[in-house]
Amino acid sequence: MAERAERAERAECAECVLRAASVNKRFGGLQALTDVEIQIDKEQIYGLIGPNGAGKTTFFNVLTGLVKPDSGTFELCGRSYQPVDPHRVASAGIARTFQNIRLFPDMTALENVMVGRHVRTHANALDAVLRTRRARVEERAIRSRAHELLDEIGLTRYTTQLARTLPYGDQRRLEIARALATEPRLLALDEPAAGMNATEKGALRGLLESIRTRGITILLIEHDVKLVMGLCDRVTVLDYGKVISVGTPADVQRDPAVIEAYLGMAQAEAAPRPQIQ
Amino acid sequence: MSSRSPPRVRAALAAVGIALVALPWLIGPFGDAWVRALCFAALYVMLALGLNIVVGFAGLLDLGYIAFYAVGAYTYALLASPHLTEHFPALAHAFPHGLHVSIWAALPIGASLAAAFGILLGAPVLKLRGDYLAIVTLGFGEIIRIFLNNLNAPLNFTNGPSGITLIDPVRIGSFDLAHPGAILGLHPSSLHLYYYLLVGMALLAMLVCIRLQDSRLGRAWMAIREDEVAARAMGINVRNVKLLAFSLGATFGGIAGGLFAAFQGFVSPESFSLQESIVVLSMIVLGGLGHVPGVVLGAVMLAMLPEALRHTAVPLQDAVFGRVLIDSEVLRMLLYGLATVGVMLYRPRGLWPAPEHGAAITAGKTSQAVPRHG
Repeated sequence: MAERAERAERAECAECVLRAASVNKRFGGLQALTDVEIQIDKEQIYGLIGPNGAGKTTFFNVLTGLVKPDSGTFELCGRSYQPVDPHRVASAGIARTFQNIRLFPDMTALENVMVGRHVRTHANALDAVLRTRRARVEERAIRSRAHELLDEIGLTRYTTQLARTLPYGDQRRLEIARALATEPRLLALDEPAAGMNATEKGALRGLLESIRTRGITILLIEHDVKLVMGLCDRVTVLDYGKVISVGTPADVQRDPAVIEAYLGMAQAEAAPRPQIQ
Repeated sequence: MSSRSPPRVRAALAAVGIALVALPWLIGPFGDAWVRALCFAALYVMLALGLNIVVGFAGLLDLGYIAFYAVGAYTYALLASPHLTEHFPALAHAFPHGLHVSIWAALPIGASLAAAFGILLGAPVLKLRGDYLAIVTLGFGEIIRIFLNNLNAPLNFTNGPSGITLIDPVRIGSFDLAHPGAILGLHPSSLHLYYYLLVGMALLAMLVCIRLQDSRLGRAWMAIREDEVAARAMGINVRNVKLLAFSLGATFGGIAGGLFAAFQGFVSPESFSLQESIVVLSMIVLGGLGHVPGVVLGAVMLAMLPEALRHTAVPLQDAVFGRVLIDSEVLRMLLYGLATVGVMLYRPRGLWPAPEHGAAITAGKTSQAVPRHG
């Protein structure tokens, strides 16, 4: 029943999936984020880029509740939410991956994905001890959904392997599978292509596109500008904790402020955007 | 587990069951001390399984676990002995025949009290991990013991270091486990009956542990053990899940404590020293942290060791040297130490660790390549 209610609620999520405004965060003397705002529409792949230290990951951590913002308003599918507890954010519908892979290394790939189902399931300790009907039915559903996800992401061959034994690129994919298991409205990926080779990047791109066609909106932090430009519908550029440009990848690429941030003022005129092709 | 188990597993379980039933009759002729040791082994199995929930499943190092055993033991001791009515006249007036709460009522009380203490310990240490957590829990264990040791003045609650005596034995209805008399024409010894009761409870504890492990909650515990930040990001309420681990683990300790008090008929603070906490922890580390059968193996081995030494070390030394060179108690600690070092060197995951799902072949190959923090 609860699941059906959740689905109905999800359908309501019409246009704007995530809206955040006036987000500020200060770490001691460092103003990490200044009045950052973002609006992500349904089924977009949204890119968040910027030079090193621009505040991308901080903003990500704020959105997902890992870092408490000093101020800011947050809306997920038209409903305001307070990103203070990561587990509440996850149950509200944002799932994330990490820049440095954070799988559960000594659990199998299947178990990792099964943990992702935690937030959408309800069996408690008593159900577990008594093996109530509810718990058994739910446990079967968790297992079969986890198998499905591994299959969809293409990790079936690792089902019973410990997560730490997977090849690097597949660990990143497993993290995405685990995040998808939470049935997110917004999938937030922190540098998913980091450390991947060209083949793996190609596969990742296909994967993200297929996730989008399932109605899941994606927010992406990425250093690989080529990937961002080819994949994203819209991009926000951060520099020194401020939004310096928003628009389609093509717009952003032409924005002098972006060129300056990446290349510095003097070179901006001398060598137009060799990095952002 | 039950109906879907393959026949081979069921056959093995049946064999173990028969062995457990027959064991006191086989070992009894060598002396009651052995059956008594088996009873204690069953109690230690319960303790080790409870601690395994906290340390093995949830990855929270707890060096004060024995405090929950103490809470359970003293709860039953106070509710089922003449101690309180002797020292509090008002209570004696209300209960002229003394407080004789049945163990079946006292166990849930003791278990809930232990669970409450578990939460009391868990709440302030939620943000601590590893060594820091170990130190705080160690302090907690000592606080409980010192309280028990000193709560005999100004009002005598615990009778201090001399402990509480004359605790009622286990009764099932009007049937008294300490004085069984005849059932169905048989004359079982009290010790045998306690053995069956304690082994039954230990098996129940195992079942509960296995079921918890294979559940949504068990996976949540493992997830916070593996990576707390990722677990939170996956929607696990880390605070609640940790408190649940502390309180469920404590419940096992509380129940074992109540049974211990009834079995012994006597409790005193010296049964609940730091060394006991460490012994229980060694059991799970030796057996296989987080793996229920391994934990049981570790508990039985370390619990039976003193008895085995008492019967072998002394006669052996007498025969070889003509006198006892090393006291069996000293020898026991020596062997504990050797066993711990040996396990660390040769079987770091314990004597009977959880199976690695056939992943051992590639294990470690990619793990170093992935920076996990930074």
